[in-house]
Amino acid sequence: MTDTTVATTRELAPARPTWHLILVRPETMTFLLLIAGLVGASTLSPFFLDANYILRSFTLTAEMSIVALVLTMVVISGEIDLSPAANMALSACIFAWAQDAGVPLPLAVAVGLLAGLAMGAINAFMSIRMQLPSIIVTIGTLIFFRGIAQVIAGDRSIRVPESFIGINTVMVFGIPLPVVIFMVVALILGLVLGTTVIGRQIYQIGTNQAAALHAGINAKRIKVGLFLVLGVVSAAAGMMAASRLGSVRYDLVLGGELQMVLMAMLGGTYIFGGRGTILGTFLAAWLLVIVSTGMTVANLLPAIQLTVLGILLIVAIIATNFIYARTQR
Amino acid sequence: MSDVPMLIEARGISKQFGGVEVLSDVDLDLHAGEIHALLGENGAGKSTFAKILAGVHRPTSGTLRLNGESVRISSPMAAQKLGIALIHQEPVSFPDLSVAENIVMGRHGTGLLARVPWAKIIADARRYMEMLGVLIDVTRPMRGLSIANQQMVEIARALASDSRLIIMDEPTAPLTPREVDTLFTIARQLREEGRTIIFISHRLEEVRMLCDRLTIFRDGAHIATRTIDSIPDDEIIRLMIGRTLTKYMRKHTAEIGDMALEVSNLTCAGAFEDISFSLRKGEIIGLGGLVGAGRTDVARALFGVAPATSGQIRVGGKVARIEKPTDAIELGLAFVPEDRAGDGIFGTLPVEHNLTAAIPEKIAPRGVIRRSLERKISRKSVDDLSIRLASLGQPIVELSGGNQQKVILARWLLTEPEILILDEPTRGIDIGVKAEFYDMIGDLAEAGRAILLISSELPELLSLCDRILVMSEGRLMAEIPREKATQENVMQAAVPRSGVAA
Amino acid sequence: MNVLRSVFLRREAGIFVMIILFCATVGLYKPQFLTSQSLRIVLLLTPLIMIGAMAQMLILVARHVDLSIGSTLGFSAMVAGLMYRDFPDVWWIIGFPVAILTGAVLGLVNGLLVTIFKLPSIIVTLGTLSLYRGLTFIISDARQINRANIPTELKAMSRTSPIFDIPWIILIAFAVALMTYVVARHTQLGRQIYALGSNPDAAPLRGIDVTKVTLIVFTLSGALCGLAGILYASRWGFVNPSNTGAGFEFQVIAAVVIGGVSINGGVGTVLGTVLGVLLLGCVAAALPLLGIPGSTQNAIYGAVILIALLIDRSVRQRGVVSLSRGVA
Repeated sequence: MTDTTVATTRELAPARPTWHLILVRPETMTFLLLIAGLVGASTLSPFFLDANYILRSFTLTAEMSIVALVLTMVVISGEIDLSPAANMALSACIFAWAQDAGVPLPLAVAVGLLAGLAMGAINAFMSIRMQLPSIIVTIGTLIFFRGIAQVIAGDRSIRVPESFIGINTVMVFGIPLPVVIFMVVALILGLVLGTTVIGRQIYQIGTNQAAALHAGINAKRIKVGLFLVLGVVSAAAGMMAASRLGSVRYDLVLGGELQMVLMAMLGGTYIFGGRGTILGTFLAAWLLVIVSTGMTVANLLPAIQLTVLGILLIVAIIATNFIYARTQR
Repeated sequence: MSDVPMLIEARGISKQFGGVEVLSDVDLDLHAGEIHALLGENGAGKSTFAKILAGVHRPTSGTLRLNGESVRISSPMAAQKLGIALIHQEPVSFPDLSVAENIVMGRHGTGLLARVPWAKIIADARRYMEMLGVLIDVTRPMRGLSIANQQMVEIARALASDSRLIIMDEPTAPLTPREVDTLFTIARQLREEGRTIIFISHRLEEVRMLCDRLTIFRDGAHIATRTIDSIPDDEIIRLMIGRTLTKYMRKHTAEIGDMALEVSNLTCAGAFEDISFSLRKGEIIGLGGLVGAGRTDVARALFGVAPATSGQIRVGGKVARIEKPTDAIELGLAFVPEDRAGDGIFGTLPVEHNLTAAIPEKIAPRGVIRRSLERKISRKSVDDLSIRLASLGQPIVELSGGNQQKVILARWLLTEPEILILDEPTRGIDIGVKAEFYDMIGDLAEAGRAILLISSELPELLSLCDRILVMSEGRLMAEIPREKATQENVMQAAVPRSGVAA
Repeated sequence: MNVLRSVFLRREAGIFVMIILFCATVGLYKPQFLTSQSLRIVLLLTPLIMIGAMAQMLILVARHVDLSIGSTLGFSAMVAGLMYRDFPDVWWIIGFPVAILTGAVLGLVNGLLVTIFKLPSIIVTLGTLSLYRGLTFIISDARQINRANIPTELKAMSRTSPIFDIPWIILIAFAVALMTYVVARHTQLGRQIYALGSNPDAAPLRGIDVTKVTLIVFTLSGALCGLAGILYASRWGFVNPSNTGAGFEFQVIAAVVIGGVSINGGVGTVLGTVLGVLLLGCVAAALPLLGIPGSTQNAIYGAVILIALLIDRSVRQRGVVSLSRGVA
C-alpha cells in the first residue's frame, strides 16, 4: 500500500504567476478606469490635461475622500459605517455653533473633534459591545446625527470666522492643502494597513473573526479603535469642509455616504471584509473627481450626475465581485 | 436472499470531483426492510455514495435502479419525491420557523399562492412526533432545540414524505446514550414498516447493535458486503484500513518532567462539571469520549475562548486567570481547534499570513512587519513539517486539508508553547498525513512539551497517549493508564452505566 | 396565568404598551391629544409609511435590505404625475396601475441585480437609490407636478371616506397590511420568504426556488412603493422630483425596527410592524402639539431606531419572544 492515498486529496493548484498576482486585482481595474476617465474627459475639455485644474477640482471632494480612506479600513475589518457624512455635518455644526457662541477657535475645534469621537463611540458601543449589526446601527446613527444637526442649525447657515476660512486656498508646493492632507493620510494609512501588525490583523479579523479570536487577536479592541478613528477623522473632515465653504448648514455633504461607499467599492474593497486596499480607494477618489468634474464640464445636470454615480456604484461592485470570485478557488 | 425485493440497485457508480476520483465503480444492493451500515474511514467514499442516493451529488457514471426501475436522482428534491430522505450529520433546518413547518417545508409542490393548511400541518406534525415518542411542542421554533431533537424533526420529515429509504449520516455523534437508544428504537420500528435505513458510522459497537448488513468502503471502492453476524470486528477493521494498525503507530518514549498543567474542579455551567486532571511535561494525555461529552468545551475553557465559571487552573505551578486567548498564549498554551475552516484558517489570506498569525511580535519587532524575517520563519516551518504547497503566498484554502492542518499546527508551534491542546487534529486527513502527525506529536512530547489530545478515534488514543481521560456527558468518568487501556474500557467509560440497551 | 404571561412577554404587547404610555403621557399635558380628531391626524400621517413598512418588512424577513424605497416612491409618483399632466383627459384611476407597475419594474431591477450578480442588497439599493432619484429628475426635467395637474378625485381620496369617516387612503393602507398578513402567514410564498431569510443555505435543499422568491419579494416591494407613490400625490397634491419620497426610508426603517423585524431575516410580524408605524405616527402627531419644531423629527427617528435596537438586544438576552416565532 502506498502512502499517498487517492480519495479526497485536493490537487494542488499551481501558484499564480507573479504578474498575475500583481496585475489581476481590483486596483488595476480602478487604475485603468482612471486613465480611461482622463482620456475621455480630456476630449470634453482640455482643462483636464492641466494638473492644476484637476488638483483644484479635487478640493471639492477632498474631505469625503479622506474619510473614505478610513472607511475602507472599517469595511476591510468586516464592519460598515454609513454615518460618517452625517458625522461630518454634525461635528461641523457643533464647531460652528460653539465658536459662534463665543468659544475661542482652538477650543471650538477641540469640541468639534470630541463630538466626532463621541459619535464614533456610539457606533462602536452599539456595533461591537452590544453586538448589533453595524449596517442597521449606522443607518440609525446616520439619521440621528443628521437629525441633531438639523436641531442645532435649523435652516440657517452658521458663519465661520474669517481666520478659519480658506483651507483650500493654502498651497503647499503648488498643491492645495486639502489635497496634500489627503495624500499624507493615504500614505500613513496605506503604510499602517500594508506593513504593520495592526494592519495585518485588520485583514485577518475581516477574513475570519472566529479564527482571529482563536489566534489571540483582540478583534473587538481593534474594531472599536477603527470606529473611533473614523469618528474623529470625520469630524476633522467636517471642519475642513466648513473652512472651505465659509459656513455650515445641517445638510453639509447630504448623501455623502453614497460617495464614500462608492470610492471604497470602486477601489476594490470587498463589502464582506478581508479584502481591499488604501491604494485602491486612493485611485478611486481621483477617478471620482474626474468623473464628477467631467460631468459638470459636460453640462450634465446634477440629477444626471446622481444617476451616473448610482450606476457606477452598481457596476463597481459587479466588477469587484467578479474579480474576487475568479481569484479564489 | 434472492426473493427479498431489491429497493436499490447501484451499478458502476463513480464520482469525480475536479479530477480526483472519490468513488470508483461501486456496485451495491439494498433490500427493503433492512438496516444497512456503510463503514469506512474518512474519505473512503461512504458519505459521497450516500449523498448520490440523496440527490446532493450526481454520479459521473453508473446507474441506479429503484424498485426495478431506472432512475436519475438529479437533486435533493427529486430524491425526496422518490422517497429517499437524508438525515444530515448536522441537522438542517429553518431556526425561526416552527417545528411543524420544518417538517412539511418543501413537500407541497403546489403554487406559491396556495393556502397554508395550518391546522392540518400542526395535527400531522403532532402525529409524527408522537409516533417517534418525542415530546416537543410542534408550534415552537426550531431555534434552541437540542441536536437530538433536531434529528428527530428530520426523521419526522422523512416519515411525512413516506420515505422508503432513510439515510442517516453519523447520527449518533452528537447524541447522549439515552438519545441513541431512542434513535435505535425508532430505526427498528421503521424497519418493521418495511423501510430501509442506511446507517453511516464509525462506531462498530453501534453497528453491531443495530444493523442487519454492512458494506465497507475503502479509497472510493466497494470492498465487501456482509451480514452482521458473519464478520468479526478485527476483520472489519482490516478491510477498512487495508492493513493492520500497529505498523503506523510508532511508540515514542519521552521523559516525563515537571507539572505543566493542573486543572481542579473546573466547571462551566451547561457544558462540563468538576473536571480535574494534571498534565506533566513530556506527557501525552488523551481526552476521549463521544462527541458532545464536553471535551471541546474543556479545551475552550483552558484556552480562554469560553472561560469556565468556576474551578482552578494552575500552569507551571502557579494559579492562572485565563479569560481570553491572549492570557493562555502568554502562559505558554496553544490550541489547535477542531473546526479548521471556522476557527482556524484565514481562507483567502496567504499561507504565510496564516503561519505567523499568532507571533506578531516575532515578525514585527517594532510594529512594522519585516517581510524577509517573516519569509524566513515561514520557510522553516514549511520545511520542518513537510507542508506541501506551491508558494507561501498562495491562499491557504488552496491547500489540501492535511496541509492546512499542518499550517495551523505550525502556527502554534511557532509560539513555542509549553502546553499543546489538540482537538481532533487528524480529522478529515488522509492516512499518510495522519502518520506524519502522529510522528510529530510523538516528537513534540519527546522535546518536553505537554500535550492534551482530544480525539474520537480510539486507535489514535490508545497508541499515542500515556494516559486516557474519558469524559461523558460533561463529567470525567475515568482515567486509564496506557498499559491498562483497551478500546473496550475506554468506550465503556464513554458510555455511562445506564447506556445503550441491546 | 401562563397564557397571560406568554401574551405579555411578546414584543407586540410591549409596543402596544409603549403606545398607551406615550399617548397617556402626552395626554396629561395636552388633553386634546386624546380626541378622535387627534387619532385621525395620527392615522393620516401613517398610510404611506404603513405601506412602505409592509414592503420593507418582507424584504428584511428575506434577509435583504432596500434603501431605494424612497426613490422608487418618488419615481413612480412622478411617472403617474407626468401622465396626469400630459394626458389630462385620462381616467384618474389609471394612475394606480401605472404607479404600481412602475414601482414593480424598479423593484424587479433591484431583484435582478441581487440575484443574477449575487450582489449584496445593501450596496445595490444604495446605488439604485441615487439612480432612481436621478431618473426622476430627468423624466420630469427637474420640474414639479403641481396641484392643478393632479386629478381632484385622487386628492379627494385623502379626505373622503366610504365608511366611518375614515378616508380612503387610510383604508387602503390597512388593506395592504391585511393583505401582507395573509401572504406572510397563509401562503406558500410567505412561508418560503421566512424560510429563505431564516436559513438561505437550507432553502434550495427544501425545494425553495431562491431566485424566484427573491425576485418576487423585490418586485412586490417595488409595487407597494409605487402604490405609496400614487397615494403621495393623493395626500399632498403635488409631486416634486427632489422631495417626494426623500427621507421615506428613514421613517420606514424606524417603524420596522420598532416593530421587531430582524435584520438577520426570518423574524418579523405584520402586527408588530403596524404597531411600530402607529407609535411613530403618535410621536409625529404629538410633536407640533408639544411645540417641538418639525426639524427634530429626524433626530427622533434616529434615536428611536437606536433605542429599539438596544431594547431588542437586552431583551433577547432575557428570553422575550416575538409572536412571529414559529407560532401558527
